[in-house]
Amino acid sequence: MNMKNDVNPGALDAADQSTDNDGVITERSAFQRILTVTVGPIIAAFVLSAIILMLVGVNPLTYYGYILERSLFSELGLEQTATRMAPLLFLCASLIIAFRAGIWNLGTDGQFLLGAVFAAATAPLLVGVLPGWAVLLVGFVLAAVVGAVWSIIPALLKAYQGVNEIVTTLMMSFLGVLLASTLVKLAFRDPSTTVPQTRTLPVDDRLPRLFDTSISSGLIWGLIAVLAVHLMMTRTAFGLRLRMVGANPAAATHAGLSVPLLTMATFALSAGFAGLSGATEILGVAGNVRANWNPAYGLMVIPLVFLARFHGVGSIVLVFFYSALLIGSESAARRLSVPQDFTLVLVACLLICLGLGEYIDQRKRKKER
Amino acid sequence: MGGLLTEAFLSSLLTGAIVAAIPVLLAGLGEQMSEKAGVLNIGIEGMMLMGAYMGFLVAFETNSLWMGFLGGILGGVLTAVVMAVLCVRLGLNQIVIGIGLTLGVEGLTALLHHFQFSRTYPRLPAPERLNIPWLTDLPIIGPSLFGRHMLVYLALLAVVVLAMLYRRTNLGMTLRAAGERPAALDVAGGNVLGIRVFVVLFTGAMAGLGGAYLANIGAGLFIPFMTGGAGFIGIVLAMLARGRPLWVLIGSLIFGAALSLTTALQVAGSNIPTDVIQMLPFAAVMLVLVLYGRRAKLPAALGAAYERGAR
Repeated sequence: MNMKNDVNPGALDAADQSTDNDGVITERSAFQRILTVTVGPIIAAFVLSAIILMLVGVNPLTYYGYILERSLFSELGLEQTATRMAPLLFLCASLIIAFRAGIWNLGTDGQFLLGAVFAAATAPLLVGVLPGWAVLLVGFVLAAVVGAVWSIIPALLKAYQGVNEIVTTLMMSFLGVLLASTLVKLAFRDPSTTVPQTRTLPVDDRLPRLFDTSISSGLIWGLIAVLAVHLMMTRTAFGLRLRMVGANPAAATHAGLSVPLLTMATFALSAGFAGLSGATEILGVAGNVRANWNPAYGLMVIPLVFLARFHGVGSIVLVFFYSALLIGSESAARRLSVPQDFTLVLVACLLICLGLGEYIDQRKRKKER
Repeated sequence: MGGLLTEAFLSSLLTGAIVAAIPVLLAGLGEQMSEKAGVLNIGIEGMMLMGAYMGFLVAFETNSLWMGFLGGILGGVLTAVVMAVLCVRLGLNQIVIGIGLTLGVEGLTALLHHFQFSRTYPRLPAPERLNIPWLTDLPIIGPSLFGRHMLVYLALLAVVVLAMLYRRTNLGMTLRAAGERPAALDVAGGNVLGIRVFVVLFTGAMAGLGGAYLANIGAGLFIPFMTGGAGFIGIVLAMLARGRPLWVLIGSLIFGAALSLTTALQVAGSNIPTDVIQMLPFAAVMLVLVLYGRRAKLPAALGAAYERGAR
């Protein structure tokens, strides 16, 4: 896990990686490394979170046990966990592109919600007009386009005026979340209900379920999206260009690449996937958007993608566990009355502990040499 | 619209502008020093929220606003310690840790609030006002400009002090060197990591104080997620101010006015949904970024961890 790099998220430290292969690693020290870099920090994070739970008067063993039982050891829970992975995976795809290309797209929440709202507003109207697959296709394409459109201002500012995208995407995210909520209440409101929400896509017209389970097939699309993005960034010429821009924009310019255009492309792709993420949640699971609905997955996924070192497969594994955590804690919020916000605490503890673990590991290896 | 321009309306507009401006002013001043020294502190949102929570908790328990402010500073600093250790001492990525820290504090404060206050939602009594004879009695501007809590004037004083510090003192130069050419500062015998740890803690203190003001004076109570992006606005202000504290003040007043206007419009009974009204301050910030964003100047080594002898 290489958490140590400069402000460019894509600029992975080549020198650091090469040290991984330096020297002969004996079996014992390899075991110790795994202990300090992954297992140890994960245990530490759970212990730290357990202490916080105890402080507020909740038995951590009961809580953790309940989460595991609800999310992984029951059939329904496992299916819910798998279904929940879909939007998170699309967000991973979005962030992998952006981070590998050196762009901090912190505005995925806004892009996600606007994509969701537009998909929810159009898809129900098209039922009966278009065949089922076309309804879904239109919903997804529209969500991707809307997401991408919402990133145009930060993209232009970054590409042509060098304005730091961190603040512009964050501001657009706040705006997007509020705009989405406004649209649900005014323009896209379902006239037949008293609660402000969009029209509902009938269950039969949503994304098909997998086999005999309740798992939405959005999961498959999400997996495809992450793997495709991973291959694109690591195995294609286009991906290499994007990574070059991320690693060193000046060098990329000298190599004859159009840095502004590639920056625009990165934003469009990244925000497009964020829009798709919103659409999978709506067209696959929820069917409509209620006013003020904002799961705020966007920022949450950032630590996961980062801990996976922008790696597709690593992200999928982490998303699986995070998804289980979400499902379990939602259930725990109802039954044990521990607010779901606890998942945020746990992820922050993980991030801190894994960071410390990596640091300790580096220190040890420096000493050994 | 004629009915809007009453004395009471204008007075409350001005009061609202100041109340809304102070938290982002304090956060912006902290972030400005941090950015000068090369640390992009995205965790400021979390530090502010922690300040709001601790500030409210202490003020509620001790019945003293001043103790509350101290608690807010402590909360911000405690959060900043994590950031300083991970990002400055260990050189981990400042943006990811900042986001992670913000999320963690959001979760933690919401959790603690749930178990402590969510049944009763206690409120603090209205703060005591500074009462300056003559000035406070002026129409419209009197109560809103001169009748504020002492902290408002301390915040204004901080603008002046910081401006002097950056321009006139050695410390100001050292800060800039840590942000522009950390290696040069290191060679000259300066302590880059020490300076950066200091600025992160300073940002935590300022953001925490801003959060405490937001909770104790602005709202009178703590609500989970109550900062709602105010810390991020502070980052924008610091970016656009190009290193000058006075510009942070001007920016925060404009932001406060926009926010206050939106609240006033709501009170005045317009039918626009609150979401549209809440968009205005963010839209204003975005507009400024579109118009002046390219003129924002950031230090050369901003966001990059410093490691002696690294390439």
